[in-house]
Amino acid sequence: MALICGWGRFPAVDTDLLTPRSFDAVGDAIAATSGGIARGNGRAYGDAGIGVSQTIAMTGFDRVRSFDPATGRVRLEAGVLLSDLIDTFGPRGFLPYVVPGTRFVSVGGAIAADVHGKNHHCEGGFGRYVDSILLRTGTGETIEVSHEANPEVFLATIGGMGLTGVILEATLRLRPVETGWIRERVISASDLHAAMRALDAGDSATYSVAWIDCVARGSDLGRSLIYLGEHARASELSDGTEAFPRGRDPRLTVPIDLPSMTLNRFSVRAFNELYYRMGARRAGGSHLVSIFPYFFPLDGVGAWNRIYGRRGFLQHQCVIPQDGALAVLGDILDRVSRRGDASFLTVLKKLGQGDGLMSFPMPGYTLALDFPVTGSIMNFVDEIDRLVVAAGGRLYLAKDARQSRATFEAGYPALQRFKEIRASLDPTGKIRSKLSQRLFDEVRP
Amino acid sequence: MNSRKIVLVLGGSSDIGRATARSFAKAGWDVQLAGREAVALEPDAADLHARYDINASTHRFDVLDTASFVDFVAGLPALPDVVVSIVGLLGSQQTAERELEHAATIMRSNYEGPALILGLFAEKFLARGSGSIVGVSSVAGDRGRASNYVYGSAKAGFSAFLSGLRARTSRGGVHVVTVKPGFVRTRMTEGMKLIGPLTVEAPVVGDAIFGAVERRTDVVYVSGKWRLVMLIIKALPEAVFKKLKF
Ligand SMILES: Cc1cc2nc3c(=O)[nH]c(=O)nc-3n(C[C@H](O)[C@H](O)[C@H](O)COP(=O)(O)OP(=O)(O)OC[C@H]3O[C@@H](n4cnc5c(N)ncnc54)[C@H](O)[C@@H]3O)c2cc1C
Repeated sequence: MALICGWGRFPAVDTDLLTPRSFDAVGDAIAATSGGIARGNGRAYGDAGIGVSQTIAMTGFDRVRSFDPATGRVRLEAGVLLSDLIDTFGPRGFLPYVVPGTRFVSVGGAIAADVHGKNHHCEGGFGRYVDSILLRTGTGETIEVSHEANPEVFLATIGGMGLTGVILEATLRLRPVETGWIRERVISASDLHAAMRALDAGDSATYSVAWIDCVARGSDLGRSLIYLGEHARASELSDGTEAFPRGRDPRLTVPIDLPSMTLNRFSVRAFNELYYRMGARRAGGSHLVSIFPYFFPLDGVGAWNRIYGRRGFLQHQCVIPQDGALAVLGDILDRVSRRGDASFLTVLKKLGQGDGLMSFPMPGYTLALDFPVTGSIMNFVDEIDRLVVAAGGRLYLAKDARQSRATFEAGYPALQRFKEIRASLDPTGKIRSKLSQRLFDEVRP
Repeated sequence: MNSRKIVLVLGGSSDIGRATARSFAKAGWDVQLAGREAVALEPDAADLHARYDINASTHRFDVLDTASFVDFVAGLPALPDVVVSIVGLLGSQQTAERELEHAATIMRSNYEGPALILGLFAEKFLARGSGSIVGVSSVAGDRGRASNYVYGSAKAGFSAFLSGLRARTSRGGVHVVTVKPGFVRTRMTEGMKLIGPLTVEAPVVGDAIFGAVERRTDVVYVSGKWRLVMLIIKALPEAVFKKLKF
């Protein structure tokens, strides 16, 4: 048994941690379990990657099967990390089409959560670039699924949080690039309305995202910095610049849990003030930044989740449909700024249509907030959930550790179909996570 | 004709073996992977080819089958520039205390086999006038401990063999590296209690081995902290050491 938790370190659950070394051993693990789930690199915040009784670690499966340098098609085992993929194929002129805010996620985890990047509004999610998946189901079968073969299972697996079975391998399309640099433009927005307009205007940019100062209030409510980006061409680099900068290992690692005092409304406010001012000064012109700080600003500090102290933290990420988003987001931000303890790097961005049956994205705006776990936080986020549900929005399962069944059911209308597909793949309920148990497994007496 | 350099990895399916092969392949070397089951190495060979566009071949090699060594070396498609032996068996100290056969297998896997095969390559390399030989030994060989002295003594023998070989071949253009990884998070140590700050991941060992070949280092403690730890442990008087529990 091992105490396992997600990146938010809440909740922590005792399960068996299995580390199979062969696909057959994965099959044996599934056959023997009474409730197991695959786990990638543990970057989901809550309980998605924790099995009810067994957790099947997949990062040992890190082989690339084949790569076609002409098309950028790559076949690989599900445990390969995006960081590895970037380091290996970046210098050969290919990057993943979609990357989340950390590069330390596995391919299996990226498919299972259908992760979105800063380009979701125009290029869709990770799943859009998956051609096929080799899946080990609860019945013990190994099947290849794609748009042609078992298309329903394929679409249920993209964004299916590991609940259709264990992803063993996948074929991905990579993006041809000339460099590992992004031409970035920063825009400062004085309030939420301006921020949303700037994001709308950035619809044609490949990458766009806004950092919101979530402690700013009154007429400053929602003041932000909007980051737009395009892949830089080789001709844009000045002489002597390395076409593919190296991604460094985290220079600084947080070695211990910091006392929760470190993050309080004063330190967060001071940080945000400084961050906003420094960004606003850079606003206007464009400049080149390496893909690493551009896509993965937090990866520079290892184990940064420890700054929230031993009790861990919650991430709350919702998406609000386009219509009426301004009022709802304004209301949420107003409540958050009054509380004053949400943390730096609150992110707002636009999403497009999701690709999988249970994918999180829908056309609209997504807001991601971090909160340290404190006594009153649960009631507070429940309140926000009510606003999200009323607006027809939903919460991201890869970040969730606590939403209610009702919130979840209201946000994911395809749930019934998903359950049917799961039942056909896994009639005896072998594949189950703490998340599925909490949100939608049938309660058996 | 390709002029890429070639590394042979004995024990290629181990976590350190795979990591070492990747470190060399990333730098543009061709790789020969050898292990007990050549078929099992094929996915790793494919991985190296797909990632780094180099040639990788697989070869059957059983460290306990010393009679096959001469043919194994002769059967390689080319004499490698570097040979790395990662072969080893931790075994069980308790079982080894009761069963001679298990003790002998540990000794043969960690000393006899690796020393003999590297000795063979040393002769070939000396005849050619170039080459590097890398033996992965262990800090466990620096001093016998109550909890694993069968393994430790075999590693001690292997370390002594490597240092002697180094002294002999260095004038002939052949370089010998002894690697002492300390705790590495691998399949072998799965479930064992490892001390966090003294533990490294397999890729760190792979890079250290590649670096040692490039820089012609003699003895590598992968984590520098181990050199200090072992310095202290080696310096303890026997009367004190035997009372320590570890
Ligand atoms: C700093 C940070 C920034 C982030 N930014 C973003 C972002 O911008 N956009 C975004 O979309 N997400 C983001 N995330 C969330 C992260 O991308 C997802 O949680 C991702 O799923 C984590 O992948 P993992 O390999 O760590 O998987 P885990 O956390 O281990 O597991 C996540 C889910 O994937 C499933 N899974 C993993 N491997 C397999 C497999 N082989 N077969 C079947 N199912 C599997 C698990 O069962 C689980 O449901 C961020 C996370 C962090 C920590």
